[in-house]
Amino acid sequence: MFQIEFDNQPDLVVGIDLGTTNSLVAWMNLTQPEVIPGEDGDKLVPSIVSLTEAGELIVGNAARQELIDHPERSIYSVKRLMGRGIEDVRDELKLFPFRIAEGSENVIRVALGDQTFTPPEISAFILRQLKKNAETALDARVTKAVITVPAYFNDAQRQATRDAGRLAGLEVLRLVNEPTAAALAYGLDKRKEGVVAVYDLGGGTFDVSILKLQEGIFEVLATNGDTHLGGDDIDNRLMQIAIEDIQAEWGEGIAHSGEAIQTLRQDVIRVKEALSFAPSVNLEFAWHGKKYQRTITRELFDGLIQDIVDRTLGPCRDCMKDAGVTPEQIDEVVLVGGSTRIPLVRSAVEVLFRARPHTELNPDEVVALGAAVQAGILAGTVENQLLLDVTPLSLGIEMYGGVASKIIHRNSTIPASAGETFTTGVDRQTNVLIHVVQGERELAKDCRSLARFDLKGIDPMPAGFARIEVRFLIDANGILSVTARDARTGKEQTVEVKPSYGLTDEQVEAMIEASIDNAEADYKAAQLSGIRIEADGIMAATEKAMRNKAWLTLTDEERAEVTAAMNRLKVVYCINDHHLIHAQVDILNQATHKLAENMMNTAVQGALQGTKVE
Amino acid sequence: MTCWNCGAAEPARFCVSCKALQPPVPEYFAFFELAPQLALDEKDLQQRFYGLSRKLHPDLFSRKSPAENEHALEATAVLNDAYRTLRDPIARALYVLKLEGLDVGEQSTKDVPPELLEEVFELNMALEEARMGDADALAQLPGFRVRFEAMRAETDLAVAQVSTAWDATHAKQALTDLRGHLNRRKYITNLIDKTNVPDRV
Repeated sequence: MFQIEFDNQPDLVVGIDLGTTNSLVAWMNLTQPEVIPGEDGDKLVPSIVSLTEAGELIVGNAARQELIDHPERSIYSVKRLMGRGIEDVRDELKLFPFRIAEGSENVIRVALGDQTFTPPEISAFILRQLKKNAETALDARVTKAVITVPAYFNDAQRQATRDAGRLAGLEVLRLVNEPTAAALAYGLDKRKEGVVAVYDLGGGTFDVSILKLQEGIFEVLATNGDTHLGGDDIDNRLMQIAIEDIQAEWGEGIAHSGEAIQTLRQDVIRVKEALSFAPSVNLEFAWHGKKYQRTITRELFDGLIQDIVDRTLGPCRDCMKDAGVTPEQIDEVVLVGGSTRIPLVRSAVEVLFRARPHTELNPDEVVALGAAVQAGILAGTVENQLLLDVTPLSLGIEMYGGVASKIIHRNSTIPASAGETFTTGVDRQTNVLIHVVQGERELAKDCRSLARFDLKGIDPMPAGFARIEVRFLIDANGILSVTARDARTGKEQTVEVKPSYGLTDEQVEAMIEASIDNAEADYKAAQLSGIRIEADGIMAATEKAMRNKAWLTLTDEERAEVTAAMNRLKVVYCINDHHLIHAQVDILNQATHKLAENMMNTAVQGALQGTKVE
Repeated sequence: MTCWNCGAAEPARFCVSCKALQPPVPEYFAFFELAPQLALDEKDLQQRFYGLSRKLHPDLFSRKSPAENEHALEATAVLNDAYRTLRDPIARALYVLKLEGLDVGEQSTKDVPPELLEEVFELNMALEEARMGDADALAQLPGFRVRFEAMRAETDLAVAQVSTAWDATHAKQALTDLRGHLNRRKYITNLIDKTNVPDRV
């Protein structure tokens, strides 16, 4: 009960944009969101992770050079692998030098040197770097975060992102959709009203969302996108022509050399970026004493990427249709992602939505800024702003005959729920298997498999007699949970979840444990110091309360209980076990519940008496 | 009912005594503090929805206890489900029928309303021919679509009329009529969907 005292202190919650190409961390500096730069002064932390020869993990700009020198010990664009199965990423592997390790059937494992990691672990390295950057800059411990995800991310991809946060020692208070975050960043100081379209072309994903803004409520009407479309694809087009040219000119290819490919990739990115501001740019590539050079005009570039830009327009039209708005009804357009600097992209967006896009905020930073605003909402420092987001994909269950029956439709405001009643098909059947899928297709096999739930412990009865009510709940993070109860007995049923892709909770826990065993003792230390601060607070408050007159309102047993709980907490306080201290804090908290209430009542009575006007 | 947190009697949406958020009322109209009704002021409903979102959304409970957080999640899920159902006239009508114990049966889509028999027969012929590659038959489909959409608009009008009637009288007959219109509407909607098939194949 005394925890109320801590509740009143605003939590420090950071907002994180965990991007395909770059990642950023931001916070609410009083009333303004602000990106926190790293030690090198750069606000963008390249999403590159490298394992040095010495076995040290490095992230960001520091890993950039490693990526060129030792591509076999480096990884970038890992976001493309988050929450995906090996089958999903076959195509990506042709263009991205991911080294998929053995045993990747259920969860992909990527090799860095002689070690292997899952995508959430690699993302956790990036998150840990951002956490460290924030802690250094703000001189405070950071344990809570809002992390953004592409709006079109499915359940598995969201869970993988949340797992990454946990692995990095962050409590992920909320996953926010990137386009929605961008809208929050734009709408914060200007009390905007109206319909806004957010066009977000990131490094590896494309999202579009349409929102209605009214009196501080940001209501997402519809969202659409493609998790397989982004700036990387644009780079690949330039890479392709350069690789072909080089093959023809030099008589030998460079595709076999990871080092050469990485160097070329950085060269074409420079060209791509420069082309947004110049009508033509020279692409130069030097390799082992040989030189390749070609002038890339904007015209040539536009021709190369026209179909990529066109591919974003379909989702935009569908999104407007789902939102029930015409282009004329769209008041403003917000651009997000570095690729929206490309003039062809801008003009395509302008033509489609018939509105001039906003570019006041840096498209690389706007998502992180919005995440910080959402962090402020959760921490209680930003008031009167509320985000009502939707689920991007329909949730369905597989019926007899393989048809996916939709139970929560796409673009439903979340949290959203649906109930279904299941029964048995065979006499004395004691379990029912439920297959949950996500997607818009008619057949379950064409949708994305989320999980199989086994309802166990059904009383043996004739077929069709059992009534198992299953409740599907999509929370504000867009993540599904399932509960079940027997309608006849009211008994809660066990729901055993087998995620189709991704890590189980136990695996994540094991990884957290393992990371403590390894070089991450500071995580444990942080947990310990956190709980000790909490213990200090509650002990001080209890001691103070014991001197309050409310102490005498308790019965002897109640007082004894408080004293005993206090003593036990003092005993475990010095033991290096966070769980033990936590448990004891909870017990003392329970024991002082009534005391705190009585104190509050006395205080209220006192205040009332003091102000009574009679 | 007592408050889950402090045990006080008869808690409202928030406990009068300890201010803790209580488990949601599962009935959608009651959740919005409205009487069951078929014709509804959608603007007013939206205002209620925004107002309740500002009180119940989990974002506002992240610093409260896990138990209260859980209640906010539950309450907001019901709020969103309720809003989604009540703001759409058809979903709302189906919901009222369910409340009144007049569920729309599953078999309704299979029984062809007699007055539609001929149209359905012709549509099926055209679809069959279109599938075989008959361009003329394919060209007929938009025409079918327009006719069916007109029929659906007619049905919507009938739904609106009978809705007003029920709100005024709460007569059982109005609900039976409503169910008939909704079944017919569902059937027509399926036909409209059918006219799309060749595009997708």
